Amino acid sequence: MRNLFRIYLEKPELAGVALLILLAILFDARSGGAFLSADNLRGMLGLLPEVGLVSIGVTILMICGEFDLSVGSMFALTPMATSLLIIADVPTFVAILLGLLIAAAIGFINGFITLTFAIPSFITTLGMLFIVRSLTVVISGGFPPLLPDELATGIFTQFVGPGGLFRASFVWFLVIALAASAMMAKSNLGNWIRATGGHLEAASAMGVPARRVKLFCFILCSMMAGFGGIIQVFRLHSPLPSIGDGLELQAVAAAVIGGTALSGGIGTVLGAIVGALLIRVIDNGLVMTQVDANWFKFAVGALTIFAVVSNTWLRRTARRMKVEA
Amino acid sequence: MTAPLISVRQMHKWYAGVHALKGVNLDVQAREVVGLVGDNGAGKSTLIKILSGVLRPDKGEIRIEGDRVEIASPKAAMRLGIETIYQDASMVPTMSIARNLFVGREPLRFAVGGIGLIDHERMRRESMKAIGDVDLHLRSPDALLAELSGGQRQGVAIARAMHFKSRVLILDEPTNHLSVKETTKVLGFVRGLPAQGVTGVLISHNLHHVFESCDRIVAMARGEIVFDKPTAETTVAEISDFL
Repeated sequence: MRNLFRIYLEKPELAGVALLILLAILFDARSGGAFLSADNLRGMLGLLPEVGLVSIGVTILMICGEFDLSVGSMFALTPMATSLLIIADVPTFVAILLGLLIAAAIGFINGFITLTFAIPSFITTLGMLFIVRSLTVVISGGFPPLLPDELATGIFTQFVGPGGLFRASFVWFLVIALAASAMMAKSNLGNWIRATGGHLEAASAMGVPARRVKLFCFILCSMMAGFGGIIQVFRLHSPLPSIGDGLELQAVAAAVIGGTALSGGIGTVLGAIVGALLIRVIDNGLVMTQVDANWFKFAVGALTIFAVVSNTWLRRTARRMKVEA
Repeated sequence: MTAPLISVRQMHKWYAGVHALKGVNLDVQAREVVGLVGDNGAGKSTLIKILSGVLRPDKGEIRIEGDRVEIASPKAAMRLGIETIYQDASMVPTMSIARNLFVGREPLRFAVGGIGLIDHERMRRESMKAIGDVDLHLRSPDALLAELSGGQRQGVAIARAMHFKSRVLILDEPTNHLSVKETTKVLGFVRGLPAQGVTGVLISHNLHHVFESCDRIVAMARGEIVFDKPTAETTVAEISDFL
């Protein structure tokens, strides 16, 4: 029992990984090998970076003990701003940077309000969800602006790797995921993020600049969501003001399925990716095995509840264990 | 005579209309162990939170060896050599012993602007040494705080303070929730502080604990210091009258 708890704290994503492998085998067998075919993997991995980036940002923020419900809206506002700048003849690269800067600013406001007025980030960012979505629609003028045909979308969308298995966005995703993972596991900043979420008062008393750590996580989360949105818009070649609707909850679901604790302090970047991938696998696998695709949300919902129940049960068991020791 | 190690002068603190500290004056000499006693709400916690940088005073000054200092954050207190151990809230249960010992002061392999990669090897090695130095025997620096008993956790907190060469160790109710055996060990450690060149301030509800391990006893009531005598010149009964 003691070991099980240890494994959960150190590798909270393990159950998710096991489930992922199980489902992949199941879907592959049921679809007669079509599920793990190169064509299908290409489709699935092409979509992963967009949701995956959002999940990583949300997970890191949750580890430090806060929430962001405005990521779905940021997923739309950032590429909308970038698109409008490109249409106004700003160089693409600069437009992307400015878009991300706006995302950073919104993340800062989320954090600043939450920390200054000591209110739940759940509420701050719920408000921001509406504000940012509204801003997106207003600046779009009500319908998607037209991106120029010669836009350099290839930096995210061209197929690379053996047999053209991945889109370039997947490489971006991989690099960012590795950097985020290294930050959480190997840097002092990662240690501070975990400590801040694990026990805020203790972390502060031990000299961790908890307020600045939280602000950083809010900003990072918002920028990750914005970047995911930019990748999606470049793939679709159209900045729809409605994209990312409901994504905030999917990202929280991915984080939780990947083992992140709602109370903070526990979670990994790999868990976020596993969670996001599991959601994609369920989505795609249901189609490939010809199950009615309307069961998708049912499955994700059931999995989320199951993940939280089992995580909470583990922690409660651990607490009882401690009293006996 | 040299200036006291810590000198608090005319310290005031208000919380939303409550006058928690009413012009407190306190000197702590180097290598002395002071016991701070008093009822709940007497102001002990407020006073030590100011010394450890968690709270800022509204009025008054702090001198360290005669020099006026501002303790603006826990980090600033640590830089002055003041380490604080709280009853049971001073550690992160979901992190390893090594990470807890060094959080906020991790040994880095290289860093830009204070952020960098942790030297895990060195951190684990120094953790084992720090734990051994306070006579605590734990099998691995990778064990999680949540896996330890209350006494072991307090031991890790003490190891943390000692490892960073604190000059002043403040212990806020360190024996709460501890078994009798563990309590004896912590009190023995407090008594041994001067021998290691460390000055101690022990906050406790328990007068017997204070008598057992302190050179001098200071009692607070209603935000003021009402009693201050060497342990040898007083009795439990005498102090009880002041509380």
